[in-house]
Amino acid sequence: MKREPISETSDWTFELIQEYDLEIADIAKSFRLDTYPNQIEIISAEQMMDAYSSVGMPVGYNHWSYGKHFVSVAQDYQRGQMGLAYEIVINSDPCIAYLMEENTMAMQVLVIAHACYGHNSFFKGNYLFKTWTDASSIIDYLVFAKNYITKCEEKYGVDEVESLLDSCHALMNYGVDRYKRPYPISAGEEKQRQKEREEYLQAQVNELWRTIPQLSGSAANESEFRFPQEPQENLLYFAEKNAPLLEPWQREIIRIVRKIAQYFYPQRQTQVMNEGWATFWHYTILNELYDRGKVTDGFMLELLISHSNVIYQPPFDSPHYSGINPYALGFKMMCDIRRICEDPTEEDKEWFPDIAGSDWLDTLHFAMQNFKDESFILQFLSPHLIREFKLFSVLDDDSKKELEITEIHDEVGYKRIRELISMQYNLSMNEPNIQVHNVDIRGDRSITLRHVQHNDRPLGDTTQEVIKHLHRLWKFDVHLESMRDDVVVRKFTCPEEKAEDAKAKDAALAKAS
Amino acid sequence: MSYIVDRRLNGKNKSTVNRQRFLKRYKKHIKKAVSDAVTRRSITDLESGEHVTIPKEDISEPVFHHGSGGKRSIIHPGNKEFIKGDKVPRPPSGGGGAGEGQASDSGEGIDDFVFQITQDEFLEFLFEDLELPNLVKRKLAGIESFKFIRAGIVNEGTPNRINIVRSMRSATGRRIALSAASKRRMRGLEVERDEILALEVDNRDQERLKEINLEIDKILNRIKKIPFIDTYDLRYNNYIKFPQPTSQAVMFCLMDVSGSMNQVMKDMAKRFFILLYLFLKRNYKKIDVVFIRHHTSAKEVDEQEFFYSRETGGTIVSSALKLMKEVIDDRYPASEWNIYAAQASDGDNWNDDSPTCGKILEEDILPYTQFFSYIEINPRRHQALWKEYEAVLANFPETFAMQQISDAGEIYPVFRELFQRKQA
Repeated sequence: MKREPISETSDWTFELIQEYDLEIADIAKSFRLDTYPNQIEIISAEQMMDAYSSVGMPVGYNHWSYGKHFVSVAQDYQRGQMGLAYEIVINSDPCIAYLMEENTMAMQVLVIAHACYGHNSFFKGNYLFKTWTDASSIIDYLVFAKNYITKCEEKYGVDEVESLLDSCHALMNYGVDRYKRPYPISAGEEKQRQKEREEYLQAQVNELWRTIPQLSGSAANESEFRFPQEPQENLLYFAEKNAPLLEPWQREIIRIVRKIAQYFYPQRQTQVMNEGWATFWHYTILNELYDRGKVTDGFMLELLISHSNVIYQPPFDSPHYSGINPYALGFKMMCDIRRICEDPTEEDKEWFPDIAGSDWLDTLHFAMQNFKDESFILQFLSPHLIREFKLFSVLDDDSKKELEITEIHDEVGYKRIRELISMQYNLSMNEPNIQVHNVDIRGDRSITLRHVQHNDRPLGDTTQEVIKHLHRLWKFDVHLESMRDDVVVRKFTCPEEKAEDAKAKDAALAKAS
Repeated sequence: MSYIVDRRLNGKNKSTVNRQRFLKRYKKHIKKAVSDAVTRRSITDLESGEHVTIPKEDISEPVFHHGSGGKRSIIHPGNKEFIKGDKVPRPPSGGGGAGEGQASDSGEGIDDFVFQITQDEFLEFLFEDLELPNLVKRKLAGIESFKFIRAGIVNEGTPNRINIVRSMRSATGRRIALSAASKRRMRGLEVERDEILALEVDNRDQERLKEINLEIDKILNRIKKIPFIDTYDLRYNNYIKFPQPTSQAVMFCLMDVSGSMNQVMKDMAKRFFILLYLFLKRNYKKIDVVFIRHHTSAKEVDEQEFFYSRETGGTIVSSALKLMKEVIDDRYPASEWNIYAAQASDGDNWNDDSPTCGKILEEDILPYTQFFSYIEINPRRHQALWKEYEAVLANFPETFAMQQISDAGEIYPVFRELFQRKQA
């Protein structure tokens, strides 16, 4: 076949990008990649650093922590310790992708294939994104949030707002609904609702904390009355709705942080899949481009070097090792699924009877749409890959002196390894399980959280600090009980002076007995 | 079909606000780094930016996470020799390498947070809240001391000062005024015409109708000829010069370079004056600095010589004070200038000379100066000059200050103390 490459040099122009994009779009269509419209934005390195430090939000409110992030990114970049990512892509409709002007033509093409067709189709197709984020309204919401917070800063002072945001950020991971689906609304509605909420919320809170004594007839019920009736996992939501002394604007800011946490939640749950999917497609699309004779050999070589760097998995004893590379695992798994469909071995037929020999494109789309990292790995990680990665599991039990190698990549180990690695991507395993247990609404208004230990793992050393932040929102005493097998093994309290009192009391009790 | 947007021209400093907030929050750390840097750096390099180190625990954003302990299984890639049931010793926490057990969930390393502030930020933190004490506005003079302020609207001016709203308003007024009589006449004619037109065709006075139409055309023409805007409609914003009282200040730097000052002491003195010089250069646009160095005799020198030459000899402090007095009389009359002085010495002086110094200070210098600071660079006990100056201090507590510096670390704190902004 005669090669008719679109370009031959490494310099890019807007016309060339347009031309490549058309070609890639055509290939993507042939693979049934369904995407939001693309908005490709060319930016400079400085702008990339800005985008970086606002955690990928194109519009962000101001906070010192973003400044800190920016300072460290800029520092590392200027010293040459770190290259910037080639792209940032935002789950919005149209899907915004940032391309750096420093990239070569070949890199721009790779990024377009990776972000604008890979990630983009993942955002549009995956069930988590479909149910939990609304791509069409996110930009509007971020603009609303930024303006609202700026207004609050003008009205109540920068320091006041900053300390509130500090507290919200500390609890951000506990500001997501894991099971309820948020209902998407537009910016206009959002503003309207915010007004209504302000009035309504306060009224409701007042109701809860009403101090007018109740009729004596209800006294019997009182001891049984619990609030909340069920434990609550969304701490920020709970504080927003029920904290006794917050001003309406403070509740609104908690809500903003909560909403943003919710928006990013699916991304945190699908890192391996999302990157794997995008990497698989840039690889496949670029090869197709080559097969169609649209790119030169040099172009392809440059891309393959970059591609193999991205998917490199250093072994555990390498100085570069920092856990499993999600690009590597994701990409290999996507390729492996294709392999199992197209060319299954006996082993594959035994392990994956339902997909071995099926149409690979159908299967891959199905996998992308209906799984998250945890379930994806549990479902699709094959013995073949476990051997390729030479995975092994290490048990770290603090009651034993040595670490134990529990499983390796052999016949007996496959299942267990697959389970364990899947668990590693289960967010609810990685974060301590902490829920609102009780609020003493008739007494000192203190709130009690419960941490249920999993595998006897205790809370980390910043727990007291986080409790302080919750105290700032709740404004009355905060207790956190860490439970092991239904027994309280450790208690945190804020303010702390009281904790010391409690210790003294415990000691006194112990002596008495 | 994708949209391709060139965003490179958009502002790139989106993070400036966040960066400023970050710096503000960690001011304490930055200030400490700045003051350490002043002590540590070589004299020639006081102005550049600085690394600021903030301990990790001060800057971390706490979240709930698992602590070490309990049971956990971790999957690692790249098995080489392990088989099921192998036991391996626990690696030291934080260290990577074989069978790495912890650290992976804490993500970041345990290093302190280090970043760079720019030269400008460095100086800003260095001289924050400092000012020249007792600065008064003395003299009305000099071109720069005029300020233009707005003073109403006038009929004449240059095109760049046209006030469009006022000009259009007077144009409209003129047009209404000039056309009013014609329009009134026209309305009368129109009424008459309508009356004629209301009649049956045969009864109409055709002659009169023609006349009226002609007249109306004439009037319309006249109205049309009224210019839309005319030169005498134009209005201009008026500005007048307003004299501003200015402050002129001069700083005298008096340094002892006699033989009794060893190299270390001279370095400290120079450090002090460099700080002073940087401070003046940065915070006051118009300030004169006079450098005087002395051993047995005093000499006015330029900046370069003051900081870098290595002359030496015996000590007569009063020579410098005398020279300062001469310069004041000669070039900086106290009625027009704010006069400041900083003197650095090891306190060693020709014995008979100290009373003379006190006398010159009290009689010829302090009555005319805003502020005179004396720095004694001397780790040992004080000599005659210090005692003499203590007497001066008693007489002029407002305008005279003295401090002792015994090592380089004290320079910056003493400097801050001398020039700390006083609460009004």
